[in-house]
Amino acid sequence: MERLPRWADVFLVPFINLLLAFFVSGLVVLAVGEDPVKAVWVMLKGSLGSTAGLGYTLYYATNYIFTGLAVAIAFHARLFNIGGEGQAAIAGVGVALVLLAANWPHWMLALPFAIIGAGAFGAMWAAIPAYLQARRGSHIVITTIMFNFIAAAVMGFLLNGWLKSPRTQNAESLPFPPGAHLPTAHELLAPLGIGFSKSAPLNISFLLALLCAWLVFLLLWRTRLGYAIRAFGQSESAARYAGISAVRIIMITMLISGALAGMLSINVVMGEQGRLIKEFVEGAGFVGIAVALMGRSHPFGIVLAAILFGMLTQGGFELLWEMPNLSKEMVLVIQALIILFTGALDNMVRAPLERLFLYFNRRKEGAV
Amino acid sequence: MTLMKKILGATAALALSAGAALADPAIIYDLGGKFDKSFNQAAHEGAERWAKETGGTYKDVELQSEAQREQALRRFAEAGFNPVVMTGFAFASSLEKVAPDYPDTKFAIIDMVVDQPNVRSVVFKEHEGSYLVGIMAAMASKTGTVGFIGGMDIPLIRKFACGYVQGVKAANPNATVIQNMTGTTPAAWNDPVKGAELAKAQMAQGADVIYAAAGGTGVGVLQAVADAGKLAIGVDSNQNYLHPGNILTSMLKRVDVAVYNAFKTGPELETGIHVLGLADGGIDYAMDEYNKDLVTPEMLKAVEDAKAGIISGEIEVHDYMSDNSCPVE
Repeated sequence: MERLPRWADVFLVPFINLLLAFFVSGLVVLAVGEDPVKAVWVMLKGSLGSTAGLGYTLYYATNYIFTGLAVAIAFHARLFNIGGEGQAAIAGVGVALVLLAANWPHWMLALPFAIIGAGAFGAMWAAIPAYLQARRGSHIVITTIMFNFIAAAVMGFLLNGWLKSPRTQNAESLPFPPGAHLPTAHELLAPLGIGFSKSAPLNISFLLALLCAWLVFLLLWRTRLGYAIRAFGQSESAARYAGISAVRIIMITMLISGALAGMLSINVVMGEQGRLIKEFVEGAGFVGIAVALMGRSHPFGIVLAAILFGMLTQGGFELLWEMPNLSKEMVLVIQALIILFTGALDNMVRAPLERLFLYFNRRKEGAV
Repeated sequence: MTLMKKILGATAALALSAGAALADPAIIYDLGGKFDKSFNQAAHEGAERWAKETGGTYKDVELQSEAQREQALRRFAEAGFNPVVMTGFAFASSLEKVAPDYPDTKFAIIDMVVDQPNVRSVVFKEHEGSYLVGIMAAMASKTGTVGFIGGMDIPLIRKFACGYVQGVKAANPNATVIQNMTGTTPAAWNDPVKGAELAKAQMAQGADVIYAAAGGTGVGVLQAVADAGKLAIGVDSNQNYLHPGNILTSMLKRVDVAVYNAFKTGPELETGIHVLGLADGGIDYAMDEYNKDLVTPEMLKAVEDAKAGIISGEIEVHDYMSDNSCPVE
């Protein structure tokens, strides 16, 4: 049976999904008495129309690239890691411990250690569900989502106890030393003569995210391990027959996945907040699932999808700003609709489209 | 590149020119949301009252995430809004970072002290009002057991609890007070389901009057208490109307007054620490047509006596936050 041509698979299907999502969201906007065309315009302008908006869009996109890659690499081994939320939160503890341990003289020195801290803690949090899956057969969907709740409780415990800053009533750690401050887009681009908004939190972690995307691509399609992961994902029994150890693949894939999710905390905890706060992940772990689905689990697609979701997050805030009739719950509904259409209802568009292409191909063949 | 620069430059110029024309006040609500029927709503009412009286306009925004605190502060300051008011102590760290970048903008933060030259910090003597409603709770209770449900477990909420317990014990030294906190994170301000569960648990232990100092969570407490036919005490806004006949009174924390005052003075806002209490009407208890049948003349007299005593200095209510401890349990 013939499948979709590649351009249709990669671009046309997501595009139609997006149009459908915007159409239904438009009906919602219309229902509360606002102009849907203006709403789309506000979202586009707010997320791309200024360096401040762009800075926030790419800042959120950085988070989604990390969590999207984390979900995608697990997908390739047919593991459904929905614990990105918890892995990123615990990784934040790793970053905080590293950065509070010393008075860092320069970010270039602090960053590698912070990356190790984030990766190690994120991977550790993924290791337990991975072990339970590999050795005991406990389903990874159940264990990873339960570990999100455990992570939230651990964070609450630490930030109200050992890590709590005595200076404030809020549950947060002490601020990190100034030497651990990551350069923002403003600071990086100013020497080049490019003016970038000072307030946007976009920082060097964005480049780290692109690097991670490239490394994941190399790993999956250019190494033996990547081949083993994909082979295991395609058919576990065939992979076993070929001598690939299931336990090893599950463990390694989940450790990489947890470490990737953990990188989010470099962007948020080290790059933006400069201290550890309780709920800094804010759903990015779950958005990563939608990003990976929309990006077809390919790093390039994930980067594009992550930027789209970054636009949604930032544009949603602009909607709140420009259109007072839309409450924050309404904006959440619009964001959720877009995730629903692009992520969950993917096959609704794909299947008819496949049939359509098949039909035209047959006619072409018939004519010849 | 040059075209890109031009476009960016044009949008920046546009933003600046738009900003220069404005000197409207602005308000940012905390994660509980504008219509939490409590703390944030009180702030909203203050802003609305100012708008109605002066015919002025203001801008407000509700937050969806932590990263947006700083974003919203900067957006307002850059757009030329002045003063910028925010409700809730959780803004403190963000404000400390943002305030020095915009020395010409005045900020006002409620419930927290931020030591910056362009910031007004408004704090309330919640312990005084909690003391008064504690007296009413003890007198209205038939079982001799009353409850307290707090939002997030922080010194500020313990201050409410401590004042309340002191009031209860002043009216009935043998009374028992059951205390619960909803959680340890900002989400505890907006969890009415858990609030209702805690209220049911306290009523199972014999509590028949429950004081909720928990923002949006309190809505669930009041509902559960009203469903069980017991008495509840509201907080921040006047919540008596929510369940007439089941809400004994509300401890009023006039966040609306703080917002109204800040809006009214405009950019000439005096900075520094402002403390509002019973004496200046910043703290009070609510009496209206919804609860007049619940409050007996003896209760009213006891409360009014205590209020006069606190204002004159005869009665001193211990402030938990002065030494992070409470003399009574």
